[in-house]
Amino acid sequence: MKLTLRIWRQASPDEPGRMVAYEVPDANPDMSFLELLDVLNERLTLEGDDPVSFDHDCREGICGACGVVINGQAHGPRERTTTCQLHIREFNDGDVIDVEPWRSVAFGVIKDLMVDRSGLDRIIQAGGYISAPTGSAPEAHSTPVPKPIADTAFDNATCIGCGACVAACPNGSSMLFTSAKVAHLNSLPQGAPERAERVLNLVEAMDAEGFGGCTNTGECTVACPKGIPMDSIATLNREYLRASLGRK
Amino acid sequence: MAVTTPTRPAPAARPPRPKRSSSAPLNFWRSTIGKKTVMAVTGALMLLFLIVHMLGNLKIFFGPTDFDHYAHWLRTIGEPVLHGAWFLWIMRVGLGLAVILHVVSAYQLSRRDLKARPTKYVHHQRARASYATHIMRYGGITLALFIVYHLLDFTTLTLNRHGVEGAAYDNVVSSFSVWWVTVIYIVAMLSLGLHIQHGFWSAAQTLGVNRPSRDRALKATATTLAVLLTAGFIVVPVAVLAGLVD
Ligand code: HEM
Ligand code: SF4
Ligand code: FES
Repeated sequence: MKLTLRIWRQASPDEPGRMVAYEVPDANPDMSFLELLDVLNERLTLEGDDPVSFDHDCREGICGACGVVINGQAHGPRERTTTCQLHIREFNDGDVIDVEPWRSVAFGVIKDLMVDRSGLDRIIQAGGYISAPTGSAPEAHSTPVPKPIADTAFDNATCIGCGACVAACPNGSSMLFTSAKVAHLNSLPQGAPERAERVLNLVEAMDAEGFGGCTNTGECTVACPKGIPMDSIATLNREYLRASLGRK
Repeated sequence: MAVTTPTRPAPAARPPRPKRSSSAPLNFWRSTIGKKTVMAVTGALMLLFLIVHMLGNLKIFFGPTDFDHYAHWLRTIGEPVLHGAWFLWIMRVGLGLAVILHVVSAYQLSRRDLKARPTKYVHHQRARASYATHIMRYGGITLALFIVYHLLDFTTLTLNRHGVEGAAYDNVVSSFSVWWVTVIYIVAMLSLGLHIQHGFWSAAQTLGVNRPSRDRALKATATTLAVLLTAGFIVVPVAVLAGLVD
């Protein structure tokens, strides 16, 4: 397959960037999107050009590192699929594909397609955990969790922190990410002791990072490779209201 | 393969996170979710008012005596417990506050949202959200302008061609006999319908009362309310223009 990639090139955070077109004449339909970028980079390196920087790690859809915007869609055209799991067979021979970094003030471009997503880490630091004493793990069955609650917690725990929700949101809001933490931890008995404090801290950290507010537009949930639903945002709002009214 | 991984630049000096104040209401108001909740509550109050207002307007089809009597009665609700037009003033102050809080929150949140995402994608995003969702800000501005115009027309009577206090029926007929007043009114009511279509469901989401099991019912209620309110408000000027009310 012959593809043309138009890629955002930006040498450093302070320099202006631009879209640069590259032809990849030998793309294989079974390659992943990242492998396509690898093939391009190999050639650029041999030609003495600067290879395209992009984030990646697991290449199996679980680490959340690899997000880029492909043809205006976070993680590309296939729903519930990370960029690393997207295959070139989703495209047609001769296609021109635009590849851009996540856009949000809270995510500065480091280089090319690589952005600084540490704002999400700081949200986690503010409350995306439960405090537990160290030592041997308690017997799991000693804390019964009803099946529907376990399911909700588990579904929300699948968030990989990729930031596609922020990238897709017209307000650059991280509500879906934050709501996944709240819907995960606040619904479990293990998260109950810190329920109110957690949601207050998470929202405060999220606002302090310069993410926008939620307008219930729903672009986030469409872009999310893990299908975190809008219902989680309703849960976050409910938990925040509850905690603000002084309930523990 | 010699792909150089650029070293991450030192994190830009960011201002330390402002410590949370000890006042819970203040923290609430400062947060994005808190302001959005204020919008949801004030929006719901305005919606309640508009339902009653629309139903009241329909009394115009019973003729001038009924309608003017109704308009006069509005000024006397609550007597003798409340003095004179107190009820009317309580409503005016309450609704005025609701509008101000709604608009101030909308303005502050919108500014923040636009600042959070200044760079558009070169390749346009295909929007999945509905037209009603996208038009909220412009629709809101349309409604704000309309509210001012509407008050100058029928409350202060400054712009009203007939403009006789107490003669509500004739004031309404004189305004809507002018075709472009009716056009303004219809455009504003269509904006209102779209605003409610997204706003009603959105408020349920903001207040955390939405659930997957209620989502469809809430969306259906939003559409029903939007259509009934828009149609109920528009039918009056259209009837005037068509000569059914004169
Ligand atoms: C006075 C002029 C008005 C302005 C400037 C305005 C503006 C806005 C804006 C910008 C939003 C947020 C939209 C978003 O999140 O995308 C909004 C939401 C909303 N508005 Fe208005 N609006 C106005 C009047 C009204 C009226 C008359 C009603 C009564 C029906 C109303 C009901 C609502 C509701 C229920 C919401 C949803 C709140 C939420 O999402 O939690 N608004 N408005
Ligand atoms: S909510 Fe979805 S889109 Fe957002 S960070 Fe988590 S996995 Fe990525
Ligand atoms: S590289 Fe880990 S999710 Fe794509």
